[in-house]
Amino acid sequence: MKLGREERAMLDGRHGPARREALRQQMEVGRFFDAGDFVEVAHVHLMADTESLGESGVEWLEAISRLPEPERRVRVPTVTDPRGIDFCAYRKLRQEERMAALERRAIAAFESMGILMTDTCINYQSVLPPVRGEHLAYGDTGSTIYANSVLGARSNFEGGPAALCAALTGRVPRYGCHLDERRRGTHLFEVRHRPRTWSDWGALGAVIGKRTGDYWTVPVIAGIDGAPTSDELKHFGAALASYGSVPLFHMVGVTPEAPDLARVFEGVPPDPVRIDPQDVDAFYASFGRHEDEVHVVVFAAPQLSLVELKTVADSLAGKRVHPRTALLIATSPEIKAAADRMGITATIEDTGAILLRGVCFYQMYARELGRANGWTNLLSNSAKLVNIVSGYGYRPVLATTEACIEAAVNGRM
Amino acid sequence: MPRTIRGHPGIGSKATGEALVAKDDFSARYDLDRIAGVFSRPGHRLHGERYVGRVLVLNTAKGGVATSWMLREMCARGMAPAALLLNLANPIMAQGAAFADLPFMDRFERDITDAIRTGDRVTVDPRAGRVTID
Repeated sequence: MKLGREERAMLDGRHGPARREALRQQMEVGRFFDAGDFVEVAHVHLMADTESLGESGVEWLEAISRLPEPERRVRVPTVTDPRGIDFCAYRKLRQEERMAALERRAIAAFESMGILMTDTCINYQSVLPPVRGEHLAYGDTGSTIYANSVLGARSNFEGGPAALCAALTGRVPRYGCHLDERRRGTHLFEVRHRPRTWSDWGALGAVIGKRTGDYWTVPVIAGIDGAPTSDELKHFGAALASYGSVPLFHMVGVTPEAPDLARVFEGVPPDPVRIDPQDVDAFYASFGRHEDEVHVVVFAAPQLSLVELKTVADSLAGKRVHPRTALLIATSPEIKAAADRMGITATIEDTGAILLRGVCFYQMYARELGRANGWTNLLSNSAKLVNIVSGYGYRPVLATTEACIEAAVNGRM
Repeated sequence: MPRTIRGHPGIGSKATGEALVAKDDFSARYDLDRIAGVFSRPGHRLHGERYVGRVLVLNTAKGGVATSWMLREMCARGMAPAALLLNLANPIMAQGAAFADLPFMDRFERDITDAIRTGDRVTVDPRAGRVTID
């Protein structure tokens, strides 16, 4: 890899051991993917919940936080993804004190590095929306695919350690989504039926995601007439990234790099794969139904926008969540503050539902959470969430927001 | 006679172990019970299999970004595979391997899940871009 003066100085250790180690790891990855050089990033979104960090990850962060200030501060604005503990709710949720203790240590280390604790996966809606052409280091598959696809910014999936390396060096190896030639369409999907609900958009993302090959596939979606909303694209993208592991899609006539078919593909488009309404129905059906009681209903993954929270609050208003069912709703600290101010939180909590701040269900020790509370049968409107939690010992079912709320109130589907 | 398969030069140092092979994809977050050291995702062909100390051979990297923290954590607790071989990597796996110093390779001259069988004794040399089967 070609190194500039600044990069060589970091590699030589002139900016301390953390930046040297960060650059070393980045060069390993750069060589692995045949990157020619580095590209500077405008900001970083760091995915580093304590469940995935573990004790060893937190120790690594603490080692950095003990360095002299000039050697440990991040070089570009760095914001965080959801955390594993909401300190206002963790006891009620029967999370363990050791989890909260690890969380506190991680937060202290991040703060000493100058990281902004936004604790959100919808930073593109609520903190700092990326700009077209901006190079970024994003660390959540949902935020990355949204930034790349809907906003035309440029980021690979930068997992926690890689995003932290980018924060320390201010750059990433230039490969994948940073390159024009890697952003062109590779597969064409023709949608015959516009999704209606958020879960329908997620289901469509999942159906297409299951048909993409790998990270280097760039699906192009045709047949969506008129711009979807930010929340619809959020559910679509999060599910597509979760099922397909892809960081980028184009939607013809909607997203900025896909004004028409000819320009999104280099040359002649491939034969389209047709996605029929039956494909989406079959996806819902693959989860079955809960014939007996529903233990937990979750609205999360991604965290809810203010608009989603308002919608959920309006449908819940005046009802009571069933005593044997838990209803969990996760949002970001910024949106939670807005919801508090606007009375949305009170409407939600009056029903017995729990509004969580700065966390996301699958990033808060979901396996232990299920065991501690006796939760197996889970219902969600998030196609991404139902994908993840089956590996965590749950029996998840996908349903619309309305059906989820009805089940939370009745205790069964 | 030992057989050699070439791939794109990878990450980490030389390692040897007994192979555990499937044509499925791989995500540390979605597929594993990392405390018990077994595959826990019900639909995965290696469900119930113990992966610790073995050369894990799978198709492509799938799933979320958490895998890159998890590999180092698994290594730190002595609960990691000896090496990981995929037909096709994604950035998360490569970043995780670089962070964990876990031997890791991809892009082989043939389908690696066909070339290696479960139980084979395999030596991985990432720098040289070479895998040897005894």
